[in-house]
Amino acid sequence: MRREPARGLVQHLPVIFPGLMLTIFFIVPFGTMVAVSFFRRQQGGFYVPDFVLANYARFLTPFFGNVLVFSLYLAIAVAVVSLIIAVPFTYLIARSRRVTQVLWLVALLSILSLSEVIIGFAWSTLLSRTAGITNLLVRLGLMEAPQALVPGFGAVLTGMVYQAMPYAVLVLYPSMVRLDPTLTEAARTLGASPLKAFFTVVLPALRTTLVATLIMAFIFALGSYLLPQILGRPSHWTLSVLITDQALYQSNMPFAAAMAVFLVLVSLALVALTMFAGKKLEA
Amino acid sequence: MTKLTDISVSRRALLAAGATGAAMLAMPNVLRAQDRTLKVGAYGGYFKDSFDKNVFPEFTKATGIAVESVAEPTGEAWLVQLQQAASAGEAPADVSMISQTSMLKGQATELWAPLDAAKIKNIDALIPAFVNKYPDGRIAGIGAVAWYVTLVSNTDVYKEAPTSWAFLWDASNADKLGLMALVSNSFLLEVTAKTFFGGTNALDTEEGILKAFDKLAELKGNVRLWYRDEAQFEQALKSGEIPMGQYYHDVTGLAIADGFHVRSTFPKEGGILDSGCWALSKASKKVEEAHLFIDFMSQPSIQALVTRKVGTAPTVKRSLTDLTDAEFAAASSEIDPIIPRYDMQVEKADWLNEKWTELIVS
Repeated sequence: MRREPARGLVQHLPVIFPGLMLTIFFIVPFGTMVAVSFFRRQQGGFYVPDFVLANYARFLTPFFGNVLVFSLYLAIAVAVVSLIIAVPFTYLIARSRRVTQVLWLVALLSILSLSEVIIGFAWSTLLSRTAGITNLLVRLGLMEAPQALVPGFGAVLTGMVYQAMPYAVLVLYPSMVRLDPTLTEAARTLGASPLKAFFTVVLPALRTTLVATLIMAFIFALGSYLLPQILGRPSHWTLSVLITDQALYQSNMPFAAAMAVFLVLVSLALVALTMFAGKKLEA
Repeated sequence: MTKLTDISVSRRALLAAGATGAAMLAMPNVLRAQDRTLKVGAYGGYFKDSFDKNVFPEFTKATGIAVESVAEPTGEAWLVQLQQAASAGEAPADVSMISQTSMLKGQATELWAPLDAAKIKNIDALIPAFVNKYPDGRIAGIGAVAWYVTLVSNTDVYKEAPTSWAFLWDASNADKLGLMALVSNSFLLEVTAKTFFGGTNALDTEEGILKAFDKLAELKGNVRLWYRDEAQFEQALKSGEIPMGQYYHDVTGLAIADGFHVRSTFPKEGGILDSGCWALSKASKKVEEAHLFIDFMSQPSIQALVTRKVGTAPTVKRSLTDLTDAEFAAASSEIDPIIPRYDMQVEKADWLNEKWTELIVS
């Protein structure tokens, strides 16, 4: 079926509503943020409309560079780990009975109803020395003494993967379910082991979805500012944490806005790069 | 068709019920329906709850003015909101409890309506330091409550109470401390200056401040948690996960009363004495009610009530209150306190913040 391009006002009508919503709820706020990032900060006060580059100049330092690199590294790590866990998991769900599928999906959706604060506190208790899972290992005789696993990089990664996983599964699930089972059957008939069929047939067939999942988990992780604070040490604080500090605690909106704009630009560039690389692979 | 009408009626009823429900939920905490009301901002959570329960009803009883209390966030978020609302001519709260640094920042933009001393009879009862003034002498705010941040420890882990802030630097405390994450609320520069450099005057110059930063850098290895969220540290302190740190004297007192094995110690260099002011937004139209409220709250008897019920230190002279020694000691101490350098915190805010963030993050 081929669709004719829309012509005239009436045929364009259906896209006007989403377009309007996008303008009101995305373009206008983002434009405001860009504008504020050029405003002049008044020390001890607020800010006045102006056009200065000082806010951008201020974070072009090795210190903020390091924080930015760490934030990107953490977001990529979260995206990759989520994908590595979510792909086989979703594949298995998609191959199971309807009832099992529904149960798993409901369980995953229920994670989405938890707030970030609850997830953070739950993990910090689970990984603590006094009440955490290491006590269980000691009980089982696998460890000498209970140990604190929080705060640390592992704790931050765990918490953020836990939070990103449901989204990854929900993006992967529709494609996995719709994947033609005859593809794997053909591969098996031609002598591929199940594992080989999975890697050489299933994964390449889902390439676009995999890239989309990766990007979504990455963007999602990049914005996280609570979990790095609750589960990490200061060296694990992301740029988002510092943005929050500036906006909420230092009331330095221009600087916070400048950092946020920069973060958006860098992440857009990375997303574009990923999509470009994906296209290249396909060609 | 009839069926369809039925549905639409019931749906409308449902919508109406929903709207009523939502309106009830959104309704501020009106203590009694009255003509005269005053919106008062207080730090959300324990503070606001205690004031709602113990203090605001007394004011309504005495003046007939109902108090709608508004939960305000700590930190500067509330200042930003008040400022933005005021430039639009709105006041999310008429009178708010405001920290000292926020008072100074609000002064810079004339956010606080000057108060009339003639309308506050109890102004003489206040300790002079708790009357916040504009540089030209106009009154910007009146001390509401004062509180101490002290050295707290878990009694199971530390059998002996520490005696000095210097103990935080002790090598035996590696990875055991919980400290506040911001230069503007931990006041650790002031603590360092008083403990090691003879007093907070050592922070008069940038060299002095940098020296204090260097000393603080030695502390870093001992810190397990730099917290923004109080609940996070409180929980860890009670369980012994993070057995020592700095925390609010009043809330620690409540934890002790609840049977937790924790203690709050005034070190020999003194606890950190911070305070909040009642300040009136320039956008408020309830000037008369606000003065009545502030005057009422400054009465020695009400200050004593707040000390007993909320656990904060009084802002009026102790001799005017009927607080017993035990009651006063539960909220305060005779040891000369460490008073934060609010002037430095405001004037050098960005520089301090940058140095501080680099210190703890890198």
